[in-house]
Amino acid sequence: MNLHEYQSKRIFAKYGIPIPKGEVAITPSQARDIAVRLGGPVVVKSQVLVGGRGKAGGIKVAQTPDEAEARADEILGMNIKGLTVKKVLVDQAADIRSEIYLGAVLDRARRRVVLMASSEGGVEIEQVAAETPEKIVTVAVHPFLGLRDYQARILAEGIGLPKEHTRQFIKIAKGLYAAYMGSDASLAEINPLVITGDNQLLAVDGKIALDDSALFRHPDLAEMRDPDSESPAEVTARRHDLNYIQLDGEIGCMVNGAGLAMATMDIVKFYGGDPANFLDIGGGAQADKVATALGIILADEQVKAVLINIFGGITRCDEVAKGVLAAIESLNADVPFVVRLAGTNEKEGREILAEANFPTATTLAEAAQLAVAAAKGEQA
Amino acid sequence: MSILVNKDTRLLVQGITGREGAFHTQQMIEYGTNVVAGVTPGKGGEWAVGNTPVFDTVMDAVNATEANASIIYVPARFAPGAIIEAADAGLDLVICITEGVPALDMVEVRAFLDTTNTRLIGPNCPGIITPEEAKVGIMPGHIHTKGHVGLVSRSGTLTYEVVYALTSRGIGQSTAVGIGGDPIIGTTFLDVLQLFEDDPDTEQVVLIGEIGGTDEQKAAEFIANRMSQQVTAFIAGQTAPPGRRMGHAGAIISGGEGTAAEKMAALKAAGA
Repeated sequence: MNLHEYQSKRIFAKYGIPIPKGEVAITPSQARDIAVRLGGPVVVKSQVLVGGRGKAGGIKVAQTPDEAEARADEILGMNIKGLTVKKVLVDQAADIRSEIYLGAVLDRARRRVVLMASSEGGVEIEQVAAETPEKIVTVAVHPFLGLRDYQARILAEGIGLPKEHTRQFIKIAKGLYAAYMGSDASLAEINPLVITGDNQLLAVDGKIALDDSALFRHPDLAEMRDPDSESPAEVTARRHDLNYIQLDGEIGCMVNGAGLAMATMDIVKFYGGDPANFLDIGGGAQADKVATALGIILADEQVKAVLINIFGGITRCDEVAKGVLAAIESLNADVPFVVRLAGTNEKEGREILAEANFPTATTLAEAAQLAVAAAKGEQA
Repeated sequence: MSILVNKDTRLLVQGITGREGAFHTQQMIEYGTNVVAGVTPGKGGEWAVGNTPVFDTVMDAVNATEANASIIYVPARFAPGAIIEAADAGLDLVICITEGVPALDMVEVRAFLDTTNTRLIGPNCPGIITPEEAKVGIMPGHIHTKGHVGLVSRSGTLTYEVVYALTSRGIGQSTAVGIGGDPIIGTTFLDVLQLFEDDPDTEQVVLIGEIGGTDEQKAAEFIANRMSQQVTAFIAGQTAPPGRRMGHAGAIISGGEGTAAEKMAALKAAGA
């Protein structure tokens, strides 16, 4: 789950990281009022969960409250990469002398949280990594020791930060690490961290991505989720603990296990079809969860055939079969289904489907070919 | 021969009285696995799944039954504690089936395990099976047959798919290991390949990877320089759109690192 800029920066502030004064507006007149309160030039920033807001015209400077209202009027309602802007952050404009990057991320290979700094602020770190990797300095943090001052000093020195800022930089780096750990983040970045005209470090923009698996211990953060950043189908899926991603094809796929779901999509494509979605019902799904999953797939009007591929381990095939029949009955489904059940309780599962005169496939290859043919209107 | 689990495995089940724990303990016993004890805090002294004694702590269970491996079915929020408890009791092998364990908890767990001799498999994995000897996990036992192909995989159900294909062609397996799909796991491809390399009974190896991370590339290096057996690899997620997370926390492509194409190229170059 990703947090908005204003949410991320508020968390940073809680951990002692300096951020510009600012407030969120949902109407142009609110933006004007905020600009009046802040005094002086402001930046009006669209709050949508995509990158490249600036390039899309979603971030604008305003010298006066009138201008702030006009800019907010332009930005609110704007469509940025498919998302409608519903909120703007109105921040006091910073007097920027130079920009750096500071981020925290989980390094899978080192199995540590790593702090990264770069002299190239305001640019996506992925781009820096690809073009000038020597400009990125990293330190790995031992979980039982936490981030130590010397490590932050290594970062500051490595990016050539003027010595007068080292002290404040250490404080910010430790704040960022604490924010990362305290919110169970998977990514926390300040980009850019700027040096202002009066020689202060200031977190002008920031981003936090949270580990969904840890949200159970952060109900306050879980509430920050922006429902507009997900399609209704994705919201339903998440509420039922299903992993669903909508794609552009015509073959709805319901699979247990992420790896098998991806392999199923690959095989559908191999036989000339296009998957309509990625859907992993997870381990141990019960009949009602299966029915919900099918409901989500069938709500997609592009779907011309449904391929169900279950290899039961912790998931029991008889539960899946019951769910499939219940869903088809209640949803009045008129698209063709191809079901492939194998593994735990497969015999019971197949019997349940056979009693309802439901066609089943034995192998994944066979099932994928049948589904592709069915989607093209051929007899399965 | 085989790796990690066999006839001599004396298995302890953490979370034996839960719904999944009980169901799969039954299945493991039916397969022939020697399940010697269960642990559920507060239920020590009871019996579960037929005649398996239940203990309050792993230490009690190990002292009473000489268990040498543990499998964990407890909910995600209790799984890190369960792994640490098992390692602290001195078990050689701990297999964590639980999915959805917070990544930062696993960073701590791994740092602790580095100070012990315990090998962790998982979390978020199907477990390990050595056909006809021990099934320590949630995989359907009947699709496996004894043989000489070792499997190692990041995915659960995809492994079953491959095992099923092997068995139906009359090709048996030495041991199949699911290492799990999370960003921080106890045992990597590299570790398991090393074990297979040292196992005289494993003549060929199948590696099943997916998008995200760089473990497959590291495996490729090992295959090229050290493996004597033929390795066949499959990478899932060739058609996955970049930047989208496909269920496993690990299965995300970012910064041009971890695409299916990259991994397949690395493994092909290594002769897989």
